[in-house]
Amino acid sequence: MRQKLARVLGGVAIGALVFSGAACKADSGSEAGGSKAACDLKIGFFGPLTGDAAGLGIHMRNGTKLAIDQYNKDNADCKVVLSEYDSQGDPAKAPALAQQAVGDSKVVGIIGPAFSGESEVADPIFDEAGLPIITPSATRPSLSTKNWKIFHRGVGNDTSQGPAAGRYIKNVLKADKVYVVDDQSAYGAGLVDEVKKVIGSVAGEDKIQVKQTNFSAVVTKIQSSGANVLFFGGYYTEAGLLLKQLKGAGWKGTMVAGDGVNDANFIKVAGEQVAEGTILTCPCAPATAAKGTFVTDYKAAFDNAEPGTYADVSFDITKIFLEGIKAGKSSRADLLSFVNSYSGTGGATGVTYKFESNGELDPAQVLVWAFKVNAGKVVPDIEIPKS
Amino acid sequence: MNFDELFGNFPALTLTGLEQGAIYALIALGYTLVYGVLRLINFAHSEVFMVGTFTALWTWQALGYNQNSAAPALGPLILAVVAGLVVAMAASAVTAVTVELVAYRPLRRRNAPPLAFLITAIGASFVLAESFGIGTRRAPFGMPDLIPSKTVFTVFGASVTNIQLLILGVTLIMMIGLDQFVNRSRLGRGIRAVAQDADTAALMGVNKNRVILLVFVLGGLMAGVGALLWDLRFGYTKFNVGFLIGLKAFSAAVLGGIGNLRGALLGGLLLGVVENYAAGLFGGEWKDFTGFVLLIVLLMFRPTGLLGESLGRARA
Repeated sequence: MRQKLARVLGGVAIGALVFSGAACKADSGSEAGGSKAACDLKIGFFGPLTGDAAGLGIHMRNGTKLAIDQYNKDNADCKVVLSEYDSQGDPAKAPALAQQAVGDSKVVGIIGPAFSGESEVADPIFDEAGLPIITPSATRPSLSTKNWKIFHRGVGNDTSQGPAAGRYIKNVLKADKVYVVDDQSAYGAGLVDEVKKVIGSVAGEDKIQVKQTNFSAVVTKIQSSGANVLFFGGYYTEAGLLLKQLKGAGWKGTMVAGDGVNDANFIKVAGEQVAEGTILTCPCAPATAAKGTFVTDYKAAFDNAEPGTYADVSFDITKIFLEGIKAGKSSRADLLSFVNSYSGTGGATGVTYKFESNGELDPAQVLVWAFKVNAGKVVPDIEIPKS
Repeated sequence: MNFDELFGNFPALTLTGLEQGAIYALIALGYTLVYGVLRLINFAHSEVFMVGTFTALWTWQALGYNQNSAAPALGPLILAVVAGLVVAMAASAVTAVTVELVAYRPLRRRNAPPLAFLITAIGASFVLAESFGIGTRRAPFGMPDLIPSKTVFTVFGASVTNIQLLILGVTLIMMIGLDQFVNRSRLGRGIRAVAQDADTAALMGVNKNRVILLVFVLGGLMAGVGALLWDLRFGYTKFNVGFLIGLKAFSAAVLGGIGNLRGALLGGLLLGVVENYAAGLFGGEWKDFTGFVLLIVLLMFRPTGLLGESLGRARA
């Protein structure tokens, strides 16, 4: 009943946005791309700022905000504005927000969408409008195969993360019985597929749903399978709950999960004792060990918070857009070709950003790290070797 | 289909299903009571439960527990659980009564059509959930692990934990207590009288509005108990935690026969167990699917649910 109502309201909202979007597009055509830096242009951040996975999105937004604030300090006469599009990580909310971003002709670039599921529905809308995007975190491999001209990925994808997680399970944990669970999201299911390719036969597998809260059936299955390692493909809320219920039932094994769980909120949901020892991977280097003044700047700007996963990546890729704007690329098309031909080293990550024609980061630049939950904090463990 | 998974883990799946079903049943009571008296599906009831989960958490936080605290000793533990229980029950009851006074009573006074009640119920549910969503930034909250689960004994290879015994025990006590209250006490007789025929009951001197208020209080109290058990067992809450569980509890009420207290218990336990079997047999992604297929099929053959609608028809 409630869903039906929401659908009707959503339909009305989308309709309104499409119309307003069309209206805006019409007058944006008259703006010519000048050679001097244009002022009051906007960079959008697209990702979850509230909701189940907001912990991940907020760090990325903060990285983006830090880059823009620093730029504005140096270019006080010609500022760039940050527009936030809070998707709540929900693919159902993404299309309307994407239309909203496309409809605002001042928006020349998007950092995001943060997650793979929302990328699948929002990116076609950005593609049609020619609005360039660089995602700091959507890692589903197939995103780069859809021929979206505007797509760029500032990190490796799950074809690097998944196998690396598999190698960690095999070579470091030396687990013989691995159970895999995914949340049926574009990201979670894809990641589990990649992990399975490396570890071969699994002790068992099951699927859960995003927003599921009672995991007793899957807990029973994992326990009776005798698995000593659980790989979970999904986001931190479900991961925290699943692990809490699993350990509550007396399971003694180790959970391994990907970048969607790599966030301090995972520990908040699970509790410190339960989370202890969990292994989290990320196709990124530790943000807390970022280069230059990034870590101190970040802490100073955001109430002494440690930079979280992808905060450093977001900072660096925002700077790519800012460099473009500074160089006078004030239209979406100009900025897109600027990003396509970009090659430069990020100040925080030390990664050389250079995109292949499908928008993937140069494979030589991709690295995958394993992190470990230790005494209530996510700390870097090792960089997982490439083979 | 994976029969090994189902039969190999049959006792364990049954137990955890019963435990989930018990919580469904406690919430289902709220739907059933209100429906029995008012013929109204109180969709805001899922939010009554949600308020209970949050207020219990806040009570524990005020007592100095958070998701990282170690399990307390027996004395402080009993204090914490009882304090959480009292606050959750009170807060849930107050929420239920507020919804009745603010949303439903003015409509009744104006003789509004049933559709107005329905949309008001959905609206009240949205308002409550969204106000908590905005207030808590839609973040998930972990609970202190007050009662770490420990195996008390095993049946057929499935371990029965202390918390499962607590959930099933408390649910049974609440159910029996409520059943006796409705069937034996003076106030309970009033509830049954209004459920049977509101106008005649009024002529006999039953204060209809007071009975309706009582029904909301009772439903709220039961949801508060359910919320506390939920917090202890699943250790988590969020602004929309009530949505799915409310829908399931409503289904449980319909399954057992809406308006029927014992039906709510039966429907809740059945739904919990069947969902777990389905998860074992077909995989976790089929859990909700199977639960609702069961509901639809059962309603085809028994449109009034397993035990029929009987709050009004119960013996006088």
